[in-house]
Amino acid sequence: MSEQPRMIHLENISKEYDGVTVLSDINLYILKKEFVTLLGPSGCGKTTTLRIIGGFEYPSSGRVIYEGKDITDLPPYKRRVNTVFQKYALFPHLNVHDNIAFGLKLKKMPRAEINRRVDKMLDLVNMNGYGKRSVDSLSGGQQQRIAIARSLVNEPDVLLLDEPLGALDLKLRKEMQLELKSMQQQLGITFLYVTHDQEEALTMSDTIVVMNAGRILQIGTPKNIYDEPKNAFVANFIGESNIIRGTMVHDELVSFCGADFPCVDSGFGDNAPVDVVIRPEDIVIVGEDVGQITGIVKSVLFKGVHYEMMIEAGNFTWKVHSTTMQPVGSKVGLSVIPFNIHIMQPMREEKPNE
Amino acid sequence: MNNLHLPAWASWAMLIGLALFIGLIVLSVRRNHGIKRSLFAAPYSLWMIIFTLLPCVLIAYYALTDANGHFTLDNFRSFWDSNHLMRENLRSVAGDEVAATVARGSVNVDTLVYSLWMAFLCTAISLILGYPAALFMADRHMKLGSTLVVLFIIPMWMNFLLRTIAWMSLLEDNGLINAFLEWIGIGRVQLMYNQEAVLLGMIYNFLPFMVFPVYTSLSKLDPKLSEAAQDLGCNEFRTLLKVTMPLSLPGVISGITMVFMPSVTTFFIPRVLGGGNTRMFGDLIESTFLKAGDWNLGSALSLIMMILILISLSILRKADPNGEGSGIA
Repeated sequence: MSEQPRMIHLENISKEYDGVTVLSDINLYILKKEFVTLLGPSGCGKTTTLRIIGGFEYPSSGRVIYEGKDITDLPPYKRRVNTVFQKYALFPHLNVHDNIAFGLKLKKMPRAEINRRVDKMLDLVNMNGYGKRSVDSLSGGQQQRIAIARSLVNEPDVLLLDEPLGALDLKLRKEMQLELKSMQQQLGITFLYVTHDQEEALTMSDTIVVMNAGRILQIGTPKNIYDEPKNAFVANFIGESNIIRGTMVHDELVSFCGADFPCVDSGFGDNAPVDVVIRPEDIVIVGEDVGQITGIVKSVLFKGVHYEMMIEAGNFTWKVHSTTMQPVGSKVGLSVIPFNIHIMQPMREEKPNE
Repeated sequence: MNNLHLPAWASWAMLIGLALFIGLIVLSVRRNHGIKRSLFAAPYSLWMIIFTLLPCVLIAYYALTDANGHFTLDNFRSFWDSNHLMRENLRSVAGDEVAATVARGSVNVDTLVYSLWMAFLCTAISLILGYPAALFMADRHMKLGSTLVVLFIIPMWMNFLLRTIAWMSLLEDNGLINAFLEWIGIGRVQLMYNQEAVLLGMIYNFLPFMVFPVYTSLSKLDPKLSEAAQDLGCNEFRTLLKVTMPLSLPGVISGITMVFMPSVTTFFIPRVLGGGNTRMFGDLIESTFLKAGDWNLGSALSLIMMILILISLSILRKADPNGEGSGIA
């Protein structure tokens, strides 16, 4: 993606509300035609970041650069970005057609051209023939489509989406995720997407920005973030993880749960305290006598594709995903190949959110 | 009140109505084997029947009868032509020719038109003054807004008559304002007993009834809507014009109703601040009842006013079908 030019660049953005820091020193750039997702728990500052780009919030310090120009002081109506709001924010006094035409009418476009573009948009979001309907008569999913159409009809360079699917049910949400992704590719528009749903982020994004407590923790591709989480917070937030305190015996050997495990990481120093992260699907259940550690199965849950077992081994309860079931109470051996053991610097104490 | 000539059937109707009402309550309690929730509305219904419904029936009765209780439309003819009775009397004494020289007396109609005009002015000025105030109060970035709300409410805790009389002490010839004008060398000015003073008093008294419904509907507005408008290219002024104003329309309609209605019927303010120089329809009704003692004409005038109010209410209700803007509309 590096061949694309930079679209938006946030430089040292900080934001305070009444002395409380919401964002501290955010540095982030977004490439043209990229699908970037800001991912984090509620209150992590992801919506504030989006609102600063949209022009609805003013940063306490730092600059917003748009195609090389400083737009920090520009009001929202002069920015070539459009926003899809969390609760849609459709105008209740206008019908579907007039909602979508709102931005075009402001540009004094001829009526025929407006109608042509609105119809094209209705087509794009699969809402043909809904023009005359009042927005109150639409379902949540339909309102969402109109909100997206209302923004896209202005042909923005960047579309900001603030948890646009948050109010939809699971099935509809999955459909819309795919539709949004294909719309983005079809139109070649930069999408900046805010969500707290890690699965949504993994499905749609080119780049994920993981945020917590007003800071960016990690920026990377979905695969990169899932496979190589930078710290325990990211590991825990993206997918399920076993996170355990351990000690680096020396390079490529880590000790936890009373056993030594070969691994592939190095450079932490001898006998340094570290966090060890192992995904549930990376733990292999083997015979009692061949495992690196042994444990007792405490509970089993059927999850469809796999079983989720809680296995107590070495004073830690491991979450293990496996397609074969071991009965509760049975003794099993556990082993992990070196590549699947992720070593990270121990987390500083996290500030509680807000 | 020696001219309180209630028709005999009115007291009977009241008694029978009361008996029926109590009977219905007893019946309802027995049929439902206990007290139903709807029974709690009984005191209110009784109140409404005695103090709203019955007076309305009586007004209609008086308006359609003469002093002897016979059916007539003369009262409405007297509204249209205040010289109607005089002409009839002349006709029987001096004949048709003399009677024909008596022109139509337009005082009642003129007073009504004048009242409507004053009420319109009062409503329009209240809207022009009140809308920006409400806009300011509802702006959540303005810390002063909530203070302003309290400042608007405080005078309303005081009695309406007191507030109006307080204006007298400001405006009268030896009042505060004239004293000040004399002190700075301009000299005394006649401030009271004219149309402007009446209008001022009306606006002062009724402005809160415009501000609060508008304020309520503005503060209920989702701030995301104006953000969406700005996002789509509206500057602040266009946002106000295209989104905020249309969406606060229910509050505006409610405010118009709540200012216009009492403005048309007001009678105390013109009497105190207008000193009889400006006569409004409320004054006319009051003096027809109490000074002239003509209950039949007074009732006819009241009925005309009530019908006018009902018509305007139903028009306003069409514009605000959900009754969103709180209040009475």
